[in-house]
Amino acid sequence: MNPTPSQTVGPFYGYALPFPGGGDLATGGIAVHGYVYDGAGDPVPDALLEFWQADEHGSLAGAPGTLRRDPTNGAILGRDGVRFTGFGRVATDLDGHWTLRTVVPPNGYISVCVFARGLLHHLFTRIYLGQDAFLDSLPPERRQTLVAAEEREGVYRFDIHLQGEKETVFLDFG
Amino acid sequence: MSEPLKQADIDQEIAARAGEPGDHPARDYAPYRSTLLRHPKQPLVAIKDPEAAELTGPVFGVSDVTPFDNDLTKQHLGEPLGERITVRGRVLDRQGRPVRGQLVEIWQANSAGRYLHQRDDHPAPLDPNFTGVGRCLTDDDGNYLFTTIKPGPYPWRNHLNAWRPAHIHFSLFGTAFTQRLVTQMYFPGDPLFPYDPIMQSVTDERARQRLIADYVHDLSEPEFSLGYRWDIVLDGPTATWMEEGR
Repeated sequence: MNPTPSQTVGPFYGYALPFPGGGDLATGGIAVHGYVYDGAGDPVPDALLEFWQADEHGSLAGAPGTLRRDPTNGAILGRDGVRFTGFGRVATDLDGHWTLRTVVPPNGYISVCVFARGLLHHLFTRIYLGQDAFLDSLPPERRQTLVAAEEREGVYRFDIHLQGEKETVFLDFG
Repeated sequence: MSEPLKQADIDQEIAARAGEPGDHPARDYAPYRSTLLRHPKQPLVAIKDPEAAELTGPVFGVSDVTPFDNDLTKQHLGEPLGERITVRGRVLDRQGRPVRGQLVEIWQANSAGRYLHQRDDHPAPLDPNFTGVGRCLTDDDGNYLFTTIKPGPYPWRNHLNAWRPAHIHFSLFGTAFTQRLVTQMYFPGDPLFPYDPIMQSVTDERARQRLIADYVHDLSEPEFSLGYRWDIVLDGPTATWMEEGR
């Protein structure tokens, strides 16, 4: 069957998609943070990032409960802090910044899906927390765009450049 | 100062790209001006790894959705203004298999064409009885259902006199993260279609038609609501495709 085409997320998803604690997959692990930039080098204040990853044992089974709800008033309570759901969602701040708190997956990378106003079809990339054979297959000058830099113990920096000299490597799964 | 960009200029740019093949919009679609600095210029890098984490994906369950979430007309003390509608359909993969128990999220403008959002300064009234946000899980056949009101068209600043046709934003998950889809559903017969660079970014006519819901009279409820049907097919490989060597 032919697929339904993509369309931009637009600027007005705020009440629908982000939720409190969307970037807090786990406590006591690592933090990854950074900025999203456009082709002029300006921060993108209305990007939405989604993250998907294995748990610390390598399981990609995920778990429900990312959006756990209060049955009394319908409010979003968020994750219960015990089950690792594997999924995160963070809207960039007005300065284009985002933060994710999670655990290191044994396969070494966190999958990222990027949405934004002006982006008609989402983009996939990966945050690598160390070296990997896939990185070795990339041209050296672009490889580093997928590698998070350790700023201090347990805190990593990963910027996403949608366009330009520092353009991030984006992925096609076919 | 340069002349403001007019609809006629955008029409010419849309015409120049019309008919280009492809199921999805090109990310470098200049008639939608916000794309200019927000699309990569380097080609995407292909990954053909059967162990890729992206061949699995997030799961959701009954704890993530409350039963009222799919009725956008019942989220406040009073009823929203506008034309009450139901929108239903199935979420399928490219093999036509239903996507079961997965999260469907929607958001939309109110009947006057205004979003509940600080940055929407269109001088149309907000509706105290309408937030314009809903979610549900698909059933075992991949069915979803929302009750809402028909959103209004609204102006935006892509060019002078730019108006978006009425639409509902949809966010969908499959069994694999690769199948992720955010898109917009349109209403049949909207006269604004040819003028809208976002809809026309889907340059293939048949693909573009897949963004338009059907009005189905048998789905209208007497004395209550008008019925629309919109099936959604998710793109992207899944773990099973890889096992089958596609």
